[in-house]
Amino acid sequence: MQKKEYTITVYTENQIGLLNRIAIIFSRRKINIESLNTSPTEVDSVHRFTIVINETEDVVSKLCRQIEKQVEVLKAYYNTEDEIVWQELALYKVSTDAIAEKVKVERLLREYGARAVAIRKDYTVFETTGHREETDNLIKALEPYGLIEFVRSARVAIIKGSSDFHERLKEFEYKEPGEDAIENEFLDKKDEVFSM
Amino acid sequence: METLTIKKEKKTSTAPAQVSGGVAVLEAFIAEGVETIFGYPGGAIMPIYDALYDYKEKLQHILVRHEQGAIHAAQGYARVSGRTGVVFATSGPGATNLVTGLADAMIDSTPVVCITGQVFAHLLGTDAFQETDVINITTPVTKWNYQVTDATEIPSVLAKAFYIAGSGRPGPVLIDITKNAQLQMFDYSGYNKCDHIRSYRPKPIVRKEYIEEAAKLINEAERPFVIFGQGVILGKAEKEFKKFIEKAGIPAAWTIMGMSAIPTDHPLGVGMLGMHGNYGPNVLTNECDVLIAVGMRFDDRVTGRLDKYAKQAKVIHLDIDPSEIDKNVKATVGVWGDCKETLPLLTELIEQKVYPQWLKKFNEYKQKEEGKVIKEELDPSTDILTMGEVIKLLNELTEGNAIIVTDVGQHQMVACRYAKYNQSKSNVTSGGLGTMGYALPAAIGAAYGDPSRTTVAIIGDGGFQMTLQELGTIMQFKPNVKIIILNNQFLGMVRQWQQLFHEKRYSFVDITSPDFVQVAKGFGIPGKSVCKREELRSSLREMLKNDGSYLLEVMVGKDNNVFPMVPQGRGVAECVLCKEEI
Repeated sequence: MQKKEYTITVYTENQIGLLNRIAIIFSRRKINIESLNTSPTEVDSVHRFTIVINETEDVVSKLCRQIEKQVEVLKAYYNTEDEIVWQELALYKVSTDAIAEKVKVERLLREYGARAVAIRKDYTVFETTGHREETDNLIKALEPYGLIEFVRSARVAIIKGSSDFHERLKEFEYKEPGEDAIENEFLDKKDEVFSM
Repeated sequence: METLTIKKEKKTSTAPAQVSGGVAVLEAFIAEGVETIFGYPGGAIMPIYDALYDYKEKLQHILVRHEQGAIHAAQGYARVSGRTGVVFATSGPGATNLVTGLADAMIDSTPVVCITGQVFAHLLGTDAFQETDVINITTPVTKWNYQVTDATEIPSVLAKAFYIAGSGRPGPVLIDITKNAQLQMFDYSGYNKCDHIRSYRPKPIVRKEYIEEAAKLINEAERPFVIFGQGVILGKAEKEFKKFIEKAGIPAAWTIMGMSAIPTDHPLGVGMLGMHGNYGPNVLTNECDVLIAVGMRFDDRVTGRLDKYAKQAKVIHLDIDPSEIDKNVKATVGVWGDCKETLPLLTELIEQKVYPQWLKKFNEYKQKEEGKVIKEELDPSTDILTMGEVIKLLNELTEGNAIIVTDVGQHQMVACRYAKYNQSKSNVTSGGLGTMGYALPAAIGAAYGDPSRTTVAIIGDGGFQMTLQELGTIMQFKPNVKIIILNNQFLGMVRQWQQLFHEKRYSFVDITSPDFVQVAKGFGIPGKSVCKREELRSSLREMLKNDGSYLLEVMVGKDNNVFPMVPQGRGVAECVLCKEEI
C-alpha cells in the first residue's frame, strides 16, 4: 500500500492531558505529524483535533482505532484529501519598501489572493488562506523580494460526507444506544469512507 | 457583613458531612468493596495515610518494601480474585517506582487503581521536593489517568477510575492527588458508582450478522482450531467457552495468559501456543482451515513470523477491544464483543461435531514432543535435576489446585508448559511485558486475593534477586506464600539464546547468588535447599505442609534449554524440538 496524505478528525472531551495521549500514539510508532490543530466544535464541551499525516491506509486505520480507544475520545475519522474541504492560513512578512517600490510584488499578492493585515513603515504582513501548494507558491514568488518571515497554521478541515455530530452525541449519552447507533459500524461498512 | 451571615446560615443548614479529601478516597474504596490496599507512605500522601489510621478495621493495608512490589502485589491480587487491585504510593520516586507495574498491567490487561500523592497544587511545576510529572510519565502505560487538585472531585473521579479499570478490556488507572486536595475539607454527599461515560464504550452491542458469518465458517470447516487468551478469564466466560468448544468438538490451545481458563487435562485442550509452547498447536496452526481466536491478541511470541502465520486459514477473531481486530492478523470475520455474550450466541448456531482425524494429528505431534522433549524433562536420565520434574512433583502434591505464580525466563516457560490446573485464575505470570521480579510480590498479592488456596511462587535465581526485599512484607504480614527458586546459576533464558544464536558467547549471564535459605532465615522464613532427586519429593511436601511461608531452593541443571522453540524470525511451523534442528 502506498503512503498518502490523510486527515484525521478526532472528536473528544475537553480534557487536560488528552493532547499528550493522542500525540504519543503517533510518536510511539515513529510517525511524524505534519500538522495538528485543536478547536472547539459546534457542540458545547466537545473538542476536535485535526491531524494530518502521510501514511498508508492500513496504518491510518489502526492509528484511528488506537485513538478511539482512549477513554476521552468520542470518535475518530480518517479521510483522504478529496473527502474533505480544507484550508490552511499563512502569514508573510515582507519589507514595505520592497512592495512600495516593486509593483510586481503587489501584482503577485493580488494574484495569490493575499491581503495586508498589518502595514508598518519597515514591514508589511500579508495573509492568505488556501491549500498547501497555494501558500507554498507564494513563498517562492516572494523569496526574490526578501521574505522576512513566514508562518503557516495547522490544517482545518470539514468532512464532506459528515452527518450531524449532535445526533451521534445524543447516542453517546445513552447507556444503551439503539442498534443503529454508532456501535460496530466499522465492522459494518468496511470499505466506505467512514470505515471506523 | 451580609455575605458573612449568608455563609454562616449555609453552613448550619447543610446536611452533608464535612470530610477531608483523604477520607473521601477511603470511603470510595469501601463503596467499591476494596478490602486490601498495597502501599507505601511518604510525604505527599500523608493526609491519606492519616485518614487510613481511622480505617484500620475496615481496610487492610499491606506495607510493601518497594512501590514496584505494591503494584505487582495488586496485580497478583486482581488476577486471582477477578477484582480490581489498589495501590498507594507517594509522589516523585514513589510514583516512578510504579511505572514497571503499570506497563505490565497495561499489556496484560490487569485492573489496578493506583493512588499517588502529589505536591501541593500551588507547587506544581516548580521542581518542588519529590515532585515528578507523574501524569505525563504514566500516560502511555495507563488506560486512564487524572490529576485531582480539588477534593470535591475525588468521589466522582474515583468512581470513574474503578469503572474504567474494571470494565471492557481492563487496565491500570492512576489518580494523582495533590496534598492540598487530600487535606481539603468539603461537603461530602456520598459516593455514587459510575456506570457510564459518554466517550467510553467498554463493550458494544453484539451484531448478530457477524455471529452468523462466524458460525457458517465453523460449520463448514474440516480442520477448525481454537486459540484462546486471557479474554476468556477476564470476561468470566470460562463456562461459556467450555460449552462452545465441547459442542463444536474443536481442539483448543491456550496462550500463556489464557492458561487455566479450561482445565489443562481437558480432552480438547491441546496445549500452549507460542515460542516455547507445545509442538502440535504451533505446527498445526498452519494446517487448520478455520482459526478461531478468542480473547487473544496475536502477540509476536504466539505468531512467530507473521507472513508465515496461518496464511491458509480463514480467521475468526472474537475480541472486546476493536483495536485488536485486524491489528496483527487480518480477520475474515471479526466479532467485536464481550465473549461472555458472543460465545453463547455462537454456540447456539454451530453444529455438534467431532473431528477424530484432526485430533489424532495433534496427538501424533504430542507423541513426537513427548519422545524428544517431555520425557527427558520430566523423567531425566541423568542425576542432574530438571525444572520440569519439580513442576511434575508439584502437580502431584497439589493435585493441580494451587495458584502458580511465575517470574520470567526459563522457569516460567517450563512451569507454564508442565503445570496442571483444575480451575481458572490459577496461573499468574507476566506475559506481555516479561517483568523479572514480578513473581514474589505478585504471589503476595495472590495469597491475599484467595487465601483459601495454596499459592506457589516459582522463581529463577535472577528474578528473585530483583524483588527479594518483599520477603520483608511476608515476614511482617504473614501471607502464606510458598517460594520455589529454580536455581540454575545462570540467567538461563538469555544464556540459552547466547548458546543457540550468539555462538556461545556467554555475555554476563553468569549470576552469583546469595545463600537464599540464609536470606529467607534472616526474614524469619524457614527454607531448605535441595540438589538430590531423592530429597525433592519430601522437601516439596515439607514446604507445602509448613504452616506459613517457606522457601525451597532447587539446584537444577546449569545448561538445560527450553524446547520446543519457535526461533525468532521463523514461522510457527518451523518449531524445533532440539538444538540440532535449529
